[in-house]
Amino acid sequence: MFHREAGNFKSSYAQDMALFPLPIAKYTAAVVLVLFALVVPFTMHEYYLSVFIQVFIAIVGALGLNVLVGWTGQISIGHAAFMSVGAYTAANLAVKLGLPFWLTLPAGGLMAALIGAIVGIPSLRIKGTYLAIATLASQLIIEWIINHTPAISGGAAASIEVPRPMLFGTPLKTNFQLYYFTLFFALLAIVATMNLVRSRIGRAFVAIRDQDIAAEIIGINIFKYKLIAFAISSFYAGVCGVLYTYYFGIANYEAFQIVVSIDYLAMIIIGGLGSVLGTILGAVFVTTLPYIIREVVSAVGVYIWDPAALSAIAASMRLVIFGSLIIFFLVVEPEGLARLWRNIRNYFRSWPFSY
Amino acid sequence: MLTDRIKTLGAAIGLIGLVSGGAVAQDKELVIGMQCDRTGPTQITGTTLCPAYHDYVALVNSKGGVEGFKIRVIEIDHEYKVPPAMEAHERFKKEGAIFHSVYGTPQIAALIKKLEEDKMAATSPGFGSAAAADGKRYPWIFPVAATYWSQATVAVDFVKKQLGGSLKGKKIAYMFFDNPAGKEPIGVLEDIAKLEGFEMRTFAVPSPGIEMGAQVLDITGRFKPDFVIAHLFGRAPAVALKELKGKGFPLSKVIGFVWAVSESDIAAAGGMAFAEGYHTLQYAGVGKDFPVLKEIEAMYKAQGKQPPKEMDSTVLYNRGVFQAAVQLEAIRHAVKAKGGAAPTSSDVRDGFEKIKDFTLGGLVPPLTITPEDHEGGGWAQVWTVKGGKYVKATEWQASYRDVIKKHLAEDAKK
Repeated sequence: MFHREAGNFKSSYAQDMALFPLPIAKYTAAVVLVLFALVVPFTMHEYYLSVFIQVFIAIVGALGLNVLVGWTGQISIGHAAFMSVGAYTAANLAVKLGLPFWLTLPAGGLMAALIGAIVGIPSLRIKGTYLAIATLASQLIIEWIINHTPAISGGAAASIEVPRPMLFGTPLKTNFQLYYFTLFFALLAIVATMNLVRSRIGRAFVAIRDQDIAAEIIGINIFKYKLIAFAISSFYAGVCGVLYTYYFGIANYEAFQIVVSIDYLAMIIIGGLGSVLGTILGAVFVTTLPYIIREVVSAVGVYIWDPAALSAIAASMRLVIFGSLIIFFLVVEPEGLARLWRNIRNYFRSWPFSY
Repeated sequence: MLTDRIKTLGAAIGLIGLVSGGAVAQDKELVIGMQCDRTGPTQITGTTLCPAYHDYVALVNSKGGVEGFKIRVIEIDHEYKVPPAMEAHERFKKEGAIFHSVYGTPQIAALIKKLEEDKMAATSPGFGSAAAADGKRYPWIFPVAATYWSQATVAVDFVKKQLGGSLKGKKIAYMFFDNPAGKEPIGVLEDIAKLEGFEMRTFAVPSPGIEMGAQVLDITGRFKPDFVIAHLFGRAPAVALKELKGKGFPLSKVIGFVWAVSESDIAAAGGMAFAEGYHTLQYAGVGKDFPVLKEIEAMYKAQGKQPPKEMDSTVLYNRGVFQAAVQLEAIRHAVKAKGGAAPTSSDVRDGFEKIKDFTLGGLVPPLTITPEDHEGGGWAQVWTVKGGKYVKATEWQASYRDVIKKHLAEDAKK
C-alpha cells in the first residue's frame, strides 16, 4: 500500500498474483492492523470510535457493490434493498427463534444473496442504464413487500427491535465493543474481496466486465458468473444490513431507502471502481467528510455569522462543499481516489532522481 | 458591513485566548443536542421549526436562562438520514449534552436502544412510534405531543360532531401515505369504526405521494364518503387538496393530520382562499396571538432587528416553540429537584414526568406527563381555514382514551 519497489523482479505467475508483492507490504498491512486493532480503540474518544463503526459497516457494503459494479461491470441501484433483506432476515431469526448473531449474520447474507441472484436474472439480457432501471425497480418492489407483509416487517411500524449481539455471555453494546465487532467483519470483507478478485471467479468477473462476448468465447459461463456476481455482492449487502441492525438495535426499512443505494454508488465511484483500497477510501470519504465539513464550518463560521444564522448556513454549506469536493476529485482523477493515490506513489517511485 | 465583519473577525481572533479561558469559568451552562432536517426531504418543516426552537431558547437565555443556567443548543442537520442521526447522538454525548431533541421517525427508531443505554432522554413530538407513549416500556422517550393514534381519535371525534353527533351508518375514507407512519393509526380507526358503527375504508397513496388521481377518483366517485381523513406528508397534502377540490369534493369535509396542515402546504395547494373550509389537526397553537410570540418579537425589536420571516409560518413556527418550551420546562423541573445544581440527563428524564398543566398561554395543550403516560394526555385541536386564516374550531381535546389504552396494552404484549 505504502511501499515502493526498486524494480520489477517478478519471475513467476505466483509472484505476480501474490497478495503481498513485497515483504514490506506485509509489514505495512501489519502496522495498519495494529493501529486499528490496538492503538485507535484505546487512545481515541468514544465519539471517534462511533464514526469508525459507521465507516467499517460502510466498507462491507461498498466492497459488495464494488464486486458487482467495479469488477463485473453490472450496475445496481437496488443495493439498499438487499441490505434491508439481510436486516429483516436477521431480525426475525434473532427475535422469533432467538438465534445468536453468528447464525443470523450469515443467514441474513445468504437470504440477500438469494434475492440478489433473482434480481440479477435480467442482467443476462439487459445492460447498462437498462439494468439500472431494473435494479431500481427491485429496490421499490422489495421496499413495498417488506412494508406490506407483517410476517416480515413485524407489524404496522415495520420495525423489529433486536437484542444486542452476545459474545461469551456479554452483550456488545458500548462503542468500544461494537468497534471490534464491526472491525472484525470489515477486515473479513477486505481479505475476502482481495482473495476473491485474484481467484478464477474474480478473473471471470473482470473478463465479463471488459468484453462479455470475448469472455464467453474463452469459455466463461456468463449466465453463471453474472448470477454469482449478483449473489456475492448481495451477500455483502445483506451482511452490511445485519451489521446496521445490530448497531442501531432495530431493523427498519426506512433506514435503507433509495438514497442509501445512491450513497453507496457514490462511495465506489469516488473511491475507485474495481479497487479494494479505493472502496475503503470512498467509504471513509462519503461517511466522514460531511461530519468533518460540518465541524470545520461551525468552528470557523462562529467568527463570520451570528449564531442564529450559522446553523442554517452550516447545514447548506456542508452540502455545497461536499458536492464541490466530489466534483473536484473526479475532475482531478476520474478513476477515483485509489488511482489518485497510485499516481502519487508512481511520482515518488523514482523521486528525486526521475530521469 | 463587510468591514464590520472583518473587524469582528479580528476582535474574535484576538479574543480566542480569552474565550477559551472563559469557557471554563462559565459553568452555569447546560447543553442540549438538537437534530434538525434543513436540507433533506422534510426541509419544509425543518427550515421553520428549527429557527423557532433557537428563538425560544434565545428568549429564555435573554431572561436569565433556566433557573440561572444558560442553555446552549448544538444543532446537527442529519438530512433525514439514519447514520448521521447516530453520529449526532455520539457528538452530543461528547459535548456533554443533558438532553437529545430527536427529529424524524426512522431516527428515533434507530436511537431507542442507544438512548436507553446512555440514559439520555429524548422527545419525538408529532412523529415516531405511538407505542412510545407507554412510559413504562420506553422510559427514555417522550412523544410529548399527540401521537398518530391520538390524532386519529381526535379527528374521528371532530367528524362525529360535524356530522351531527352520530356516526352510525356514515362512511369515512382514510387516505394515507403508504409508509409505517401512515399505516400506524389504521388499527385505532378500525376499532373506533366498530364502536361508533361507521364504515371506514382505507386509500393508500404510494411514495412520494404526488400521484393520487386514482385514489381520489375512487373516493369521490365510488365510495362517496361523508368525510375524508387525510394523513399525508411532504408534497402529498397539497396534491390531495387540489385533487379533491378538482373532483368537486368539498374541503369542508376533509380533515388533515398534523403534517398536512401548515401554511406552506396550503400555499402549495393554491393559497388560503383555495383551501377554504379545510380542517386541520394541530398539536400546538396556531397564529400569532400568544404572549410568548409577542415576547420573541419584542426581543428582536430590542436588538434593533425585524422579527424573522419564519414567524409568519405560524403552524410550524409554533411547533418549534412548543418543542423547546416543553424541553426547557423539563430541565427547569430537573434543576429545581437538584436544588439549583446542574442536572444530569437522568434528572431531565425525571423532570419530564413532573410537567403538569403546562400551557404557555395556550400555545401548548394542558400537558401533564406521568411515568405511565409520556404523551401528556394526547391533546389536539382542530383549526379550520376560514376567510384567509386559521380559525379555532375546537378547544384542546383528547378522545377515546380507552381505545388508545387498549392498543398500548396490546402493543406491549407483542
